[in-house]
Amino acid sequence: MSKKGVYGSKIKKATRMLFYKHHMKPGVKGSELHKVLGSDYPKVLDLLNDYLKPLDLQVKTVFEEEKTPEKPSLDELENARFYVTLRSDSPAKDKLIGWRIDDLAGLAITISYVISKKGQAPRKDVEKMLGEKMPNWKIGLNIDRYIRYGYLEQDDNGQIYLDWRTRAEVDQRALINMLLSSSTQKTENPEQKEEPKEEDE
Amino acid sequence: METAKRSKALGKEKLERIIEMCIAIETRTADPFTLNIDEIIQVVKQYFPQWKDPEELKLDAETLHHLATVIKLQSEWVKHRSTALYTDPFLLEEKILQMGKQEMVDVFLYAWSPLVEFEQISLNTLTQGLLYWKALAPISDRWKDFDAAEVSNAVASRDELIKQRILGDKEFADEINSYWQELKDCVVKNGQDGKISYWDFIGADTYEQTVQRAFLTTFLVTYGYATLEIDPLEELVFIKPFEQPRTEILKKQLNSVPIAVSFENWLKWKRGELD
Repeated sequence: MSKKGVYGSKIKKATRMLFYKHHMKPGVKGSELHKVLGSDYPKVLDLLNDYLKPLDLQVKTVFEEEKTPEKPSLDELENARFYVTLRSDSPAKDKLIGWRIDDLAGLAITISYVISKKGQAPRKDVEKMLGEKMPNWKIGLNIDRYIRYGYLEQDDNGQIYLDWRTRAEVDQRALINMLLSSSTQKTENPEQKEEPKEEDE
Repeated sequence: METAKRSKALGKEKLERIIEMCIAIETRTADPFTLNIDEIIQVVKQYFPQWKDPEELKLDAETLHHLATVIKLQSEWVKHRSTALYTDPFLLEEKILQMGKQEMVDVFLYAWSPLVEFEQISLNTLTQGLLYWKALAPISDRWKDFDAAEVSNAVASRDELIKQRILGDKEFADEINSYWQELKDCVVKNGQDGKISYWDFIGADTYEQTVQRAFLTTFLVTYGYATLEIDPLEELVFIKPFEQPRTEILKKQLNSVPIAVSFENWLKWKRGELD
């Protein structure tokens, strides 16, 4: 088989591995990709990324360490998890993907608040924060949903942390910078701006 | 001479205060920047020529050591504050409270790249499922070893439960109470100083009865109806009943006392060779 053919076949395999969930959590570990695609799997992922770019999709690498290494070593890649996500520069308005605007705002506030508290905040404080703009009956349900989806995790002492999905989907630095540089409150009409589609439970 | 002495005392006092302050910073009860390192170094320098005794030099060295620790903490503080993710929580909280729902979502959408995943069944997957199903042996074949005899539901009588040894002849609590009473009577009749030899109490005509009595005795001790007294030198074990059950014993950490109720020991007791 020609070199092009080999890579074509590997890209197909990588696509199937990354798009379809094989375990409880989506995404594939570097070591699994290595096993199936061979040692040149980083190159295969780069090629796949090029294919996905015009579709506003990207292969995202989430390293074990919070900080993303500039030039990741082979070991770091083996332990990293790879996902396919929407590109961060894709039109923002299309990204609600069925979330209610209230729930997404709640998630945004919770994640920003936890980041500002060095990655850990008591659930009571998060509830208080959400209670400023969200009905009480909804707060607990929403936090539980964020935990279930993998955005947050809670320990036995009621401390909230950021979980794997936040690390995979949210550019924390960009979020904080955007928050701090955002202008003052705009007038809003919630009824008008809310997404009509209810989130699929 | 007097002035030099007073100056030395003042210097020592100052160094001690600096050390105290440094310790407060090290234990995170104070901000590392409350200490002006330049000023402190000047103080240390000013008094250094006066130190002659080893004790005084030790105090000086100790001060410098603590100062070094504070400088390290200051450096860590700066490093943490300079990380890109560090944000003043109050500032951020204020921002979040000020922002509208839509604005918050707009900001979040710029930083959010949701995962893409498919949950789609394919013809190939369905075919594989069908092939597996075809090859799968019927459940009656796979589980034939599991012979669960059909039984009808009925109420078991107390006699049946006793027969099956699920229940004893008496209710357990009643059994323990009457056994405790028996122990008290035994102590009155055959005991001394409110206690009786363990083997004299549990020993019975047959070995089986002896074991059963030993078994019940463990409950008397565990549940606070009686206690064991052990003479380690003579290797004698006595059992002493309490007048009232001591329930507080149950809350304490209990010690286990192994006593061998073997057939040989029972025979020895029967022959009067065992106390």
